[in-house]
Amino acid sequence: MEMKPAGKYIYADIELDREEGQVIEDLKASSQEPIPDPDRWLDEELEQNILLTTVDALINWSRRSSLWPAICFPACCAFELIAANGPRFDLARFGMEIMRASPRQADLMITAGTLTWKMAPNVRRIYNQMAEPKWVIAMGACAVSGGIFASAEYAVVPGYNRIIPVDVYVPGCPPRPEALIYGIQMLQKKIARRKNIDVRKILKR
Amino acid sequence: MTISLSGKEVAAQIEEKFPGSVVESGHESLAVKADSLLDIARFLKENEGLEFNYLNFITAVDYYDHFEVVYMLNSLEHNHRLTVKARCYDRKNPVLPSVVGLWQGADFQEREIYDLFGIKFEGHPNMKRIFLWEGFKGHPLRKDFI
Repeated sequence: MEMKPAGKYIYADIELDREEGQVIEDLKASSQEPIPDPDRWLDEELEQNILLTTVDALINWSRRSSLWPAICFPACCAFELIAANGPRFDLARFGMEIMRASPRQADLMITAGTLTWKMAPNVRRIYNQMAEPKWVIAMGACAVSGGIFASAEYAVVPGYNRIIPVDVYVPGCPPRPEALIYGIQMLQKKIARRKNIDVRKILKR
Repeated sequence: MTISLSGKEVAAQIEEKFPGSVVESGHESLAVKADSLLDIARFLKENEGLEFNYLNFITAVDYYDHFEVVYMLNSLEHNHRLTVKARCYDRKNPVLPSVVGLWQGADFQEREIYDLFGIKFEGHPNMKRIFLWEGFKGHPLRKDFI
């Protein structure tokens, strides 16, 4: 009886071994150098793209660069404000051309006009409805001190700072659009100096 | 151009209808008694030839011893005008009849006069302050306010 060769199905024949060996040889030959780190390109680019700054500077920059005024213009200074907003003086250059009809979307109140005591609670309510952080520019003589109506003190509020905190005063009756824009820039400088985070408080925690 | 009617001529017409109601009459204006103001106003508005169907404005003056309320009337039919005045001497509680029933435009102006002078207009449908708030003390356009 012919014996079935025992190793025929157990051992691979030599040609298969050689093929396998060739694959290994090829891989070895092509793998003599280490593959470069795929993130290597980041190094030089990142050097140009990462800036280090303080949180305060970043927050203040974003806040002062897009001040959105609430619509609250009780009297004639409003027209200078409208002119400042128009194409000739172009308030949009400073990132604050969007007038918000809802005070909840605004963070700046430009008080353009005389304020009577009867109107005062409404202005105060608009201010209270604005989201923090918020700022106020008192525009014009009436907003600063009551202006020419200050003597009619029975009905006129002698300055908006009686009812809301004012950050910047822009005098004039009415102030020119340039004056208003200058006042806005002053406010932006003021915001830039603001301290938002108290490091000492954080370290204590 | 709008012709200014002579106060004297109109006063004569009024005297014919309501004897003794005109206090004073001049070139362009006439002053009438407060209690006959409403009748005279209706006469001026409705009488043919006068027809003052448009009230330009009402205002008031404080002369210390009395208040004078001034009615500026116009006729769009005849293009003429007239100034009518009424006086009230009671400083504590000055009262005049309201002309809102004749000229609706008088509504807010009478309220303004009430607000700033304290003159009450009898027959006004809504006699309360218009500029100042409820609870304000005094009437600011009076000479003795401050």
